Amino acid sequence: MSDHDQIPRLPKLMGRAMRPLPLAPLSVTLTLLARRIAKRHPGLFQRLGQYREARFLLEATDLPFLLLLDLRGGKVKLTAHRRAPEAEARIAGPIAGFLGMMHGAYDGDALFFSRDLIVEGDTSAVVALRNAIDDAELDLAAELAELAGPLKPFVQPAVNLAEKGSGMVLHRVDTLAGGWT
Amino acid sequence: MELTVGPNLFFWKAEDLRAFYKALEAAPVARVAVGEVVCSKRMPFWEAEIPNIVAGLRAAGKEVALSTLGLVTLGRERNKTHDLFDLGLPVEINDISALKHLPENTPFWVGPLVNVYNEGTLGYLARRGATRICLPPELPLASIATLAKAGKDAGVKVEVWGHGRLPLAISARCYHARLHDRAKDNCQFICGEDLDGREVDTLDGQAFLSVNGVQTLSAATGCAAYHTEALKDAGVDSLRLSPQTGDFVGLCAGYADRIAGNITAEALVAQLLPEAPGGRFADGFFAGPSGSDWSHPVPAGA
Amino acid sequence: MMELVCPAGTPAALRAAVEAGAHAVYCGFADETNARNFPGLNFSPEELVPAVAGAHKRGAKVLVALNTFPRAGGEKLWHQRLADAEAAGADAVILADIGLLDYAATHHPKLRRHLSVQAAAANPDAINFYAETFDVKRVVLPRVLTVQEIAAINKEIDVETEAFVFGGLCVMAEGRCALSSYATGLSPNMNGVCSPASHVVYAEEGPDLAAKLGGFTIHRTPKDRPAPYPTLCKGCFTSGSQTGHVFEDPVSLDARHLIPALAKAGVTALKIEGRQRSRAYVAEVVRAFRAATDALAEGRDLPLAELARLTEGQSATAGAYAKTWR
Repeated sequence: MSDHDQIPRLPKLMGRAMRPLPLAPLSVTLTLLARRIAKRHPGLFQRLGQYREARFLLEATDLPFLLLLDLRGGKVKLTAHRRAPEAEARIAGPIAGFLGMMHGAYDGDALFFSRDLIVEGDTSAVVALRNAIDDAELDLAAELAELAGPLKPFVQPAVNLAEKGSGMVLHRVDTLAGGWT
Repeated sequence: MELTVGPNLFFWKAEDLRAFYKALEAAPVARVAVGEVVCSKRMPFWEAEIPNIVAGLRAAGKEVALSTLGLVTLGRERNKTHDLFDLGLPVEINDISALKHLPENTPFWVGPLVNVYNEGTLGYLARRGATRICLPPELPLASIATLAKAGKDAGVKVEVWGHGRLPLAISARCYHARLHDRAKDNCQFICGEDLDGREVDTLDGQAFLSVNGVQTLSAATGCAAYHTEALKDAGVDSLRLSPQTGDFVGLCAGYADRIAGNITAEALVAQLLPEAPGGRFADGFFAGPSGSDWSHPVPAGA
Repeated sequence: MMELVCPAGTPAALRAAVEAGAHAVYCGFADETNARNFPGLNFSPEELVPAVAGAHKRGAKVLVALNTFPRAGGEKLWHQRLADAEAAGADAVILADIGLLDYAATHHPKLRRHLSVQAAAANPDAINFYAETFDVKRVVLPRVLTVQEIAAINKEIDVETEAFVFGGLCVMAEGRCALSSYATGLSPNMNGVCSPASHVVYAEEGPDLAAKLGGFTIHRTPKDRPAPYPTLCKGCFTSGSQTGHVFEDPVSLDARHLIPALAKAGVTALKIEGRQRSRAYVAEVVRAFRAATDALAEGRDLPLAELARLTEGQSATAGAYAKTWR
C-alpha cells in the first residue's frame, strides 16, 4: 500500500486542462464540500485542539492552483488561489499524496519522512491535521455522492473512471466491519 | 544550603582520583558520594582506591556515601550493587534495581539518575528509608519547590544539580567506542582520553552534547550561580557539584561563598567560566525555555 | 500463542489494529499522561469507553499507557486518568512512575498493572522489585537487552515480559533521557514528547535541507533526498575529526526474524511501536506480524516479507537484540 516511491502524478494534460478553471465557483463548491465533511465529522475539529482555527495552505504541485483550508472563526473555508495566501502551515506534494493520505492508502508519517509531502511553518498544526483526518476515516467518493443528491448513482462510476485514469485514490481503501462506531 | 560533591562521572586515572579526593578533604563541602556510576569496566582500574578515599574524606569531617552504577544489566554488576550495602556506609542508588538489594531499615541516598518527579515517588522512597534525594536535572524550579516542601514533610533532604555538565542520558551502547569504530567489549578504555567527556557538535559547529562512554551529557556546563537564592528560598537543602578537571576545590569554595552571600552570581560565573568544560554555561532547566539556555549573557571580558 | 500488542493513536487506528488481528492494543489519553502526547492524537475518556467495548467484543484487550512521570503538584490528573481507564474497562494500565504505581496498587488494586518500558527495568532485580512491591504482572523490556539477556532474565522472574519487535527505536535507556528537554524544554518523561514537532524547523540552506530542533541542526540532507525527522539521538553530528550518526543511525527496529528466539527466551508478548502512525500503517504492520505469530504457533516458517519501506529513513535494524549493536 504505502509504496510512496510511486505516488502517481496527475498527467500534465489533466493539470493543464484545469488551468482555465474559474477559481471563484470552484472555491464555492470546495467550501460546500468541506463544510459538509465538517458537519458529518465533528470529531475532526475536536481533535485539532488548539489548531482548530488555523489556516493550512495545501499546495498540490500538479494542480494549477493552490488550496487554502481556513478554519478561522469556527467556519470552514476551502478556497482555490493562483498565488499563495497567508497560512500558519504549508503542505506541498502531488495531489495523489494528499488524497491517498486522506483515504488511508498512505501513511502521513512515511510521506513526510520521504518528503513526498513537504511541510513548512507550524509543523505541530500539520501533525494535528494529519491525525485528525486519519481518525475521521473520510471517503471523498461517499461525500461527493451525498453532495450530488439525485445524481448520486452517477458518482461512483465517475469516481472509478477518474481513479483508473489518474492512479489516484479517491475513496476510502480500508473498510471495517459494522457496529464499530 | 549545603554542598555535596557527586561521584566523578568520567574515567580518570587512579592516581589522579587519589589526588582529587585528597585535595577535596580541604574543600568547604558537607558530603561526598564516591563510586563508579557510568561503566563497570572501569571499576578494576580504581576501586582499590575507594577505601582510602572514603577514610580520608571522613577523617576530614565529610559525610560519605557509595554510589551504585547508573545502568545495571550484567550479573557481575548486580553483585557489585548488592555488595555495596555490606560496607557499613550509606549507599547512593542510581538505578532502581538497587532497592531489591536494600536491607530493611537501611537509610540510603538517591542520586540524580533515579526518576523522582513528584511527591508520590518521593514519599514512597522516604518510606523505604531514603534520607537524601538529588533530583533529576531536568526539573523546573516550580517542581523543585514542591518537592523540597514534600521532602521537609517526609524528613528527606532534597538536593539539586548545582554545577557540572548535565547528565542527560544513559545507554547500553558505548558512544566512545562507537566513535572509534570499536565494539564495546573491545573499547580499550578510550573514554579515559577525554577527562571531561568528548564533545559532540552540530553540523553547524554549535557545541551541543558530550559523550562519556555509555553516558551522554550536555556540552555546556550546568551552573546554578544565578539561582542559588531561588533554590534556597524553595527549601532546597543542598547543591550538587559534579567533579571536573581544573581547580575543583576553588569551585567548591566559590559556591560556598555564593551561598553565604559573600559574592555575586556574576563574580562566581567570572571565576568559573574560564575552566568550564565546553566554555559555556547552561541553566535553562530551572526557568526555561530549554535546558541548554543560559539566563544571563556572558560577562564582559570573560 | 504469543500475544501481539499493537499501537492505537486514535479510535480509528484502534479499530484498524483489532480488525487486522491485534490480540491487544495500547493507547493513551490526549494529554501529558502518556508518552505519545502529540497534536491530534489519543483518546478522550469518553472515546475510550466504546473503543474498549468494541475491542472486547472482538476478543482483543485494551491496555492504557499512563507512562509519563506525573508533574510535582499535578499528580491529580494522572490519578484521574487511572480512574478513567478502570471505568472504561481497560484490561491493564502501563505505568512507569514509582509514585503512580504505588497509588494504583493502593487505590485501584483490581486494575492490572504493566510496567512501561519508560521504567527501564533492565535486570531481574529491578523487575522483581516492581513485581513484589507493586504487584506488576508484566514488564515491557527496555530496548537495551540482547535476546540471551532476555532469556536469562526470564529464568529469574515470575512475571510476563513484553518485547518490542517493530517501529521506532530508543537508543538511550528509556525514561532516563533528557536530550529532548535540553534542546526544546519538552521531554518524554515530563511532557510525553520527544523531539516535538512544535520545535522542528526545516530550512533550505543552499543545496541542503537542514532539519533543526530547538535551534540545533540535527540533519542536513541534499534537497532531493529523503529527510528523516530530526529525532535528536538519530542526528548527524561532528566530534573531533569525525562526522556521522554518533548515537544511532536513522533506522527503526525490525526484529521479526527474532520472533522464534524471543519466544524461546520466554517472552509472552510482542510489541509494535507507532501510536503516531496512520491507521493504514498500523493495519499493514499488524497483519504482517499476526501472520508471523500465527505461523510460529502452527510450526510453519515465518513469512518475512520486507516492510522496510514503511520504516523511518528506509532502513531497519535488530537493535540491541544483537550484541554487536553496543
